[in-house]
Amino acid sequence: MSFAALIPSLGSLSAEGDGGHFPPTPEGFWQPLVTLGHIGDYPIVITRSMVVIMLSVALLSWWLVSTTKRAAVVPGKGQHYTELVYNFVRNDVAKDMIGSKDFLRFVPLLFSLFVLILLNNLFGIIPPIQFPTMSRIGFPIALTLVVYVVYHWIGIKKQHGFLNYVKWMIPPGIPGWLLPLIVFLELLTFFITRPLTLALRLFGNMFAGHMLLAVFIIGGWELVQADTFALKFVALPAWLMAFVMTLFEGLVQFLQAFVFTLLAASYFGSAVADEH
Amino acid sequence: MTGNLNLVGYGLAAIGPAIAVGLIFAAYINGVARQPEAGNMLRPIAILGFALAEALAIFGLVLFFISPK
Repeated sequence: MSFAALIPSLGSLSAEGDGGHFPPTPEGFWQPLVTLGHIGDYPIVITRSMVVIMLSVALLSWWLVSTTKRAAVVPGKGQHYTELVYNFVRNDVAKDMIGSKDFLRFVPLLFSLFVLILLNNLFGIIPPIQFPTMSRIGFPIALTLVVYVVYHWIGIKKQHGFLNYVKWMIPPGIPGWLLPLIVFLELLTFFITRPLTLALRLFGNMFAGHMLLAVFIIGGWELVQADTFALKFVALPAWLMAFVMTLFEGLVQFLQAFVFTLLAASYFGSAVADEH
Repeated sequence: MTGNLNLVGYGLAAIGPAIAVGLIFAAYINGVARQPEAGNMLRPIAILGFALAEALAIFGLVLFFISPK
């Protein structure tokens, strides 16, 4: 078979794209399940991501309640694994980033953030669900809003008022002519860059990762349906790549949950720190 | 041939963060190789740096999708 013989079949492959799902588009992430009604032009629907996050909340509540209901000094098996996760957040994230003086009051929030994000991310590769909730931008924005309000709240409370809070942001020893620029940059960092990156990082990773898996899996399926034997054969490496990328996604999903919690903790840490 | 030049732009934009992430982990590995007991202290710093560098690539990804086609 010559390469030229492949071209027409490749052409037919892309031509049937109007009916198929390849290549995947951002619109594919909007998956309404039940329509409840309309407000103006906007439909009120229950989407797949809503169902997934409710499922994750139910699962997490069941897990935490059932393993800690009869908490003992000598932990059983379930309690032991729960404590492993809890200790990871408490010691490796909260204590390291906030400092041993007042990290303890942030541990419940950080632990909730970590387990919620981790489970929702992992749902992206767990077979019957296979939808990362955080690939819809609304969910990372909601989580970021919580972090945003908390670190500004504790910062303003610690510095006694908003003006002192802004004054505290400026590092000491800045010459006067540079002050307007530094104030502008610090305000930009605290009020725009931090929440924007926090939400977009989680969203972007989950979105791009899920799309990558869709490219290899659906692309492989389209290749199997192609009418030349050589193209059917290419589906195997495509699916092998999908398998490898699924493992890689697992790593990324854990890492993103960790990074989100770590950054949240570092923002809390800088807000409660005594010096700049 | 159809396509979008945004895609090429995003590919170019991803080079910077890619090099940055490589440098960060190279420095982390160097540090741990020289002083293995510092590993636990360096890891959060390395991952923090990685997350900040990676944010730039994510900006590019989002801009690629929201820019007018």
